[in-house]
Amino acid sequence: MAEQTKHDIIESNVGLLILLIVLVVSVGGLVEIVPLFFQKSTTEPVAGLKPYDAVQVVGRDIYVREGCYNCHSQMIRPFRAETERYGHYSVAGEFVYDHPFQWGSKRTGPDLARVGGRYSDEWHRIHLLNPRDVVPESNMPAFYWLDRPADASEIEAKMRALNLVTFKVDGKPPYSDADIAGARKALEGKTELDALVAYLQGMGTAIKTAR
Amino acid sequence: MSDFTSGFWSAYVAVITVVSILACAVLLWMNSRAATATGEVKPHVWDETLQEYNHPLPRWWMGLFWITIVFALVFLALYPGLGSNRGMFGWTEVNQYEEEIAQAKAKYDPIFNKFLQQDVKAVAANSEARQMGERLFLTYCAQCHGSDARGAKGFPNLANDDWQWGGEPAPIEQTIAEGRMGVMPPHVQLGAEAIKDLANYVRSLSGLPGDSLRAERGKQSFQTAGCIACHGPEAKGNFAMGAPNLTDKVWLYGSSEQTIIETITKGRQNRMPAHKEFLGDAKVHLLAAYVYGLSHGAAN
Ligand code: HEC
Ligand code: HEC
Ligand code: HEC
Repeated sequence: MAEQTKHDIIESNVGLLILLIVLVVSVGGLVEIVPLFFQKSTTEPVAGLKPYDAVQVVGRDIYVREGCYNCHSQMIRPFRAETERYGHYSVAGEFVYDHPFQWGSKRTGPDLARVGGRYSDEWHRIHLLNPRDVVPESNMPAFYWLDRPADASEIEAKMRALNLVTFKVDGKPPYSDADIAGARKALEGKTELDALVAYLQGMGTAIKTAR
Repeated sequence: MSDFTSGFWSAYVAVITVVSILACAVLLWMNSRAATATGEVKPHVWDETLQEYNHPLPRWWMGLFWITIVFALVFLALYPGLGSNRGMFGWTEVNQYEEEIAQAKAKYDPIFNKFLQQDVKAVAANSEARQMGERLFLTYCAQCHGSDARGAKGFPNLANDDWQWGGEPAPIEQTIAEGRMGVMPPHVQLGAEAIKDLANYVRSLSGLPGDSLRAERGKQSFQTAGCIACHGPEAKGNFAMGAPNLTDKVWLYGSSEQTIIETITKGRQNRMPAHKEFLGDAKVHLLAAYVYGLSHGAAN
C-alpha cells in the first residue's frame, strides 16, 4: 500500500473536492460573464433605442411563443456578406431591453435584427397569415390563427417584471407608473397580428442601416 | 473592449486569467514530478475486490497540456483578452470588418460607379448590369414583387408596361429611392347600392361583363363621388397620386365584382419602402435599370 498522496486527500474528502471543482468551474464565468455587468456597451442602450411599448411587449411574447427564433436569428455579424443583406451589424447596446434576448442560432429564414421598416405592415400581415401569398417559394409556416384579440390580462405584471431585470437608464427603469397604467388601454382592440407586426417594425431601427 | 465602468474590471479579468493559466501550469508540473510508478495500486477497494492502478499520465498527453498553455500565453500577448489590453497585433473585430469592406469597395465600386454615370436606358441595355440588377432584385425586392417581378395581390407587377407611379426612368428611380404610398380612401359612406354600381362601371371599363344599367349609374357617380380627383375623368389613372389606370385590364387587387366592392368600400393602401438609405445610389440606379428593362425589351 502506497502512502497517502495529495491526490488521495482530495479524492477521499468530498467537501474539499466540491469546493475545488466549484473554484475551477467558476473561472470561466468570473472572467467572461461577471464583467459584462460592468461594461457600458452591454448595459447602456445605443442612442435612439426605446424600450418596447406595451403593444410591442405583447408582440415579442408572441414571437417567443410561436418559436420564430427556431428559424430566425436576430444577430447580424460583422461580415460584409451579412451587412450587405441585412444592414449595419448588431451591437450589444441594441439588446439592453431584451429579456430574454432572441439572438437565436439558426437561420432557416433570414435574420430579422433589422427587419423594421423593410416591409410594409400590410406585407407582414399577409406574410404571417400565409407566407406563400407573397413569397410563393417560402417554407415558413402559416400563422393563420394570429388574427385574434391579443391577451392584455398580464401586461402590467410583464412590464413590472421587465423593470426589475433591466438596467436603469439615467436612474430610471424603462417603464414609468404612467406607462404601466396606460398599457391596457394601448392594447385595446389590438390583435395578436397587430402586436407582432408592431414588434417586427421596431426591430433594429435605432441604428440606421446606411453603410 | 475597454469601456468598463472602472479600471478595476480590466485588472480583474487580467489577473484571474493569468492566475488560472499559471495554476494549470503548476498543477501539471506537480503532477509530472509526483512519484507515481507504473504498476502501483491505489489503496481504495470497491465492490469487495475492485482496485485501480495509479499510472502516471502518458507523456504525449502531458505534452498536449503544455502546448495549450503556451498557446494561451502567446494568444493573449498577440490578441485582446487580458482585460483592456489590446494585444500586440492591435486586432479588433470592427477593424477586421472595415478592412473587408474597404477591400470590397476598391474592387466593386468602380463597377457600380461606371453604371451610375450612364443613364438608365443605357444601363438597361447592358447585359452585365442586367445580371447585377437581377441579383439585387432577388435579394431586396422579390419578397414583395415576386422573383419573376410579376407581383402579387396588392404588390404591383413590374414586368408589364403598366404603372401606378410612372414608367419612365426618372419616376422608377424615384419610386425605388424614396418609396411610395398609394392611398385609396374608403368610400363606405356612398352606400352599398352606389358602390355596387361603381364596381359594375369599373368592370365595364375593362370590358368585363356586368349589369349595364348599374354600370351606367356607376359612370355618373364616378364623376360625382370624387373618384376622378385621383383616377381622372376617364379613369386612366394618375401618376402623381399613384392611382392606377382602371381601364387597362391590369389589376392590383383583383377584378371580381366582390373584390372591387371591397376596394371601394374599405379603401386600399400599401407602401413601397424607401431604399436609398439602405442600398445607396449606385444600387438603386442598377435596380431602376433592371425594372425599366423588364418591360422595355432591353434583352436584345
Ligand atoms: C420553419 C421555419 C420558420 C419559422 C418557424 C418562422 N419563419 Fe419566418 N421565414 C422563414 C423563411 C424560410 C423565410 C424566407 C421566405 C419568406 O420570406 O417567407 C422567412 C421570412 C420571414 C420574414 C421576412 C424576412 C426578410 O427579411 O425577408 C419575416 C419578417 C418572418 N419570416 C417573420 C417570422 C415570424 C414573426 C415568425 C414567428 C411567428 C416566423 N417568421 C417563423 C422561416 C420560418
Ligand atoms: C414591402 C414590400 C416591397 C418591397 C420590399 C419592394 N416593393 Fe416595390 N412596391 C411595393 C408596393 C406595395 C408598391 C405599390 C405602391 C403603391 O401602392 O403606391 C410598389 C411599387 C413599386 C414600383 C412602382 C410600380 C408602379 O406601377 O409605378 C416600383 C418600380 C418598385 N416598387 C420597385 C421595387 C424595387 C426595385 C424593389 C427592391 C429594391 C422594391 N420595389 C421593393 C412593395 C414593395
Ligand atoms: C385619393 C385618391 C383616390 C380616390 C379619391 C379614389 N381612388 Fe381608387 N385608388 C387610388 C389609389 C392610390 C389606388 C391604388 C391603391 C394601392 O396602391 O394600394 C386605387 C385603387 C383603386 C382600385 C383597385 C384597382 C386594381 O387594380 O385592383 C379601384 C377599383 C379603385 N381604386 C376605384 C376607385 C373608385 C370607384 C373611386 C371613387 C369612389 C376611387 N377609386 C377613388 C386612389 C384613389
